[in-house]
Amino acid sequence: MNTALATQIGQLARRSIVRTMRQPAQIVPALVFPLFLLAVNAGGLNQATKLPGFPTDSYLTFALAITFMQGAMFALMNAGTDLANDVETGFLNRLALTPLRGSALLTGMLSGVVVLGFIQAITYLLVGVTAGAHIAAGVGGVLTIFALTFLMTLGFGALGSAAALRTGSGEAVQGLFPLFFVLLFLSSMSLPRNLIQADWFREVATWNPVSYLIEAIRSLLITGWDGEALALGFAVAASLIVVGTVLASLALRTRLVRT
Amino acid sequence: MTERNPASIEVQGLVREFRKGPRAVDGIDLRVAPGEIYGFLGPNGAGKSTTVLMLTTLLPPTAGSARVGGYDVVTQGPQVRGVIGAALQESALDPFLTGREHMRLQGALEGLSRSERTDRGEELLARVGLMEAADRKVRGYSGGMKRRLDLALALVHRPQILFLDEPTTGLDIQSRAALWDEVARLAGEDGVTVFLTTQYLEEADTLADRVGIIDHGRIVAEGTPAALKEEIGRPSVEAIPADEADFDAVVAVLQRFGERTLASRHGAAVRLGDADLSDIVRALDQQNLKVQHLQLHAPSLNDVFLAKTGRSLEGAGDQESDERARQASEAPAPATA
Repeated sequence: MNTALATQIGQLARRSIVRTMRQPAQIVPALVFPLFLLAVNAGGLNQATKLPGFPTDSYLTFALAITFMQGAMFALMNAGTDLANDVETGFLNRLALTPLRGSALLTGMLSGVVVLGFIQAITYLLVGVTAGAHIAAGVGGVLTIFALTFLMTLGFGALGSAAALRTGSGEAVQGLFPLFFVLLFLSSMSLPRNLIQADWFREVATWNPVSYLIEAIRSLLITGWDGEALALGFAVAASLIVVGTVLASLALRTRLVRT
Repeated sequence: MTERNPASIEVQGLVREFRKGPRAVDGIDLRVAPGEIYGFLGPNGAGKSTTVLMLTTLLPPTAGSARVGGYDVVTQGPQVRGVIGAALQESALDPFLTGREHMRLQGALEGLSRSERTDRGEELLARVGLMEAADRKVRGYSGGMKRRLDLALALVHRPQILFLDEPTTGLDIQSRAALWDEVARLAGEDGVTVFLTTQYLEEADTLADRVGIIDHGRIVAEGTPAALKEEIGRPSVEAIPADEADFDAVVAVLQRFGERTLASRHGAAVRLGDADLSDIVRALDQQNLKVQHLQLHAPSLNDVFLAKTGRSLEGAGDQESDERARQASEAPAPATA
């Protein structure tokens, strides 16, 4: 990477982080909402642990993995909304008039949500552990959760950026949030897949990539080191990054028209 | 290529068509000399901003050619962007960053070294009068402050050519005057070529060395403000009878002195021939006709627009009637009679 590109990425990353940290409306819901759902789930669904074959006797530990997934979905919305605002206000045109490279723009712009993703991950783990959740894989597991969270945030952030660049509308990006929430509910979020009774639901959850992201984190919390779950989780996260980046790059090429 | 007498901006037959719309820009030719302030005057939707987007390489032309700073806008985009600065129609700022943070970001993206970024940022913030507000978030800035920051950002890399797209729209009179002073200083002292779009007659008249008037994507007149107004020729005189019943008689008197032209709702107006205002006053007096209002209008750029398009500039963009638009344009004009 040459110096100019590094400077561009660094400056845009700095801007992205600064503006994210100055928007409590982005930070507070991303921290509070997943924890609120965790509290509701852990309180209301604890009896599910009595089901034969349920992998743990703590529904709190089981449900803690969902918070990371929800956090990543906030990354989609926040990254997309910020970039859509830049399109709407003409800030993207200002950037287009500089010698800025598209790759620097995308990388830099995602820095804010990645930093917020780390803050989210630390908060969820601290709150979860304080409330009594276990981390079977120990310190190494915590670091692995951070690594996976980083990739998930980047992947969902890239998808949000792609939507923003494609539509140029913050409202359109926010409209995606419920759709991704449907994906979350149609995953193995509330029960392990083998315990889902309805065949169609189990089938959908099996095809749903969100299940594998949740199961990878859940394996670190409940099982310890499960190579297959982790491999699937990291593969899905990496695929999300590839798909999100390709879509965002294509959309940027159209949006950042300059001769 | 730049020749013996290089132009900062040279445009030939420039066209931009949008897929489902009319030709936004319909074959314009223009030439702007180095250090000149060129005012691109026209109503909303005339094609001003589309032209600026093409000249700043942000929109490819459908046909025609344009060279900016000696570089072709289609094939030499990066070189064009290297010599231009632009403040586009909206103040494109990040509400969550401070003025100083904007300067630092822009300097870095333009490739300035760390120390240059700081020095140039401070210099420009001081020049546009934003030092005190430099560490405040932009969302707390007034419209005028945002426009001044916008201008400062466009100047970070010392461009030879500056594009300003309606820089004073929505600003109060003081902010507008401050921006005019700065633009005039840039052209006069720093030799920056300024391509300025505006829908304000006064702005074009006061600031521009030459004006191009654009309507429906075509340049309908071009020249210095004085030359354009001279083309229109003699001033017009408008009279509003004290008694509406005398309207026809007043018109008859006025028509002895010139060709009838558009007037406000209750008035009659003629473009003066060889006569002057005193001749009209004497003639009205001889007929014992009383008027409540008699005004001599020097030709304005609005008259130029009117003569070239048959419509008044003010309101042309939002389909107001010519008469109402003319009333609006004449209301603030100082009476010279």
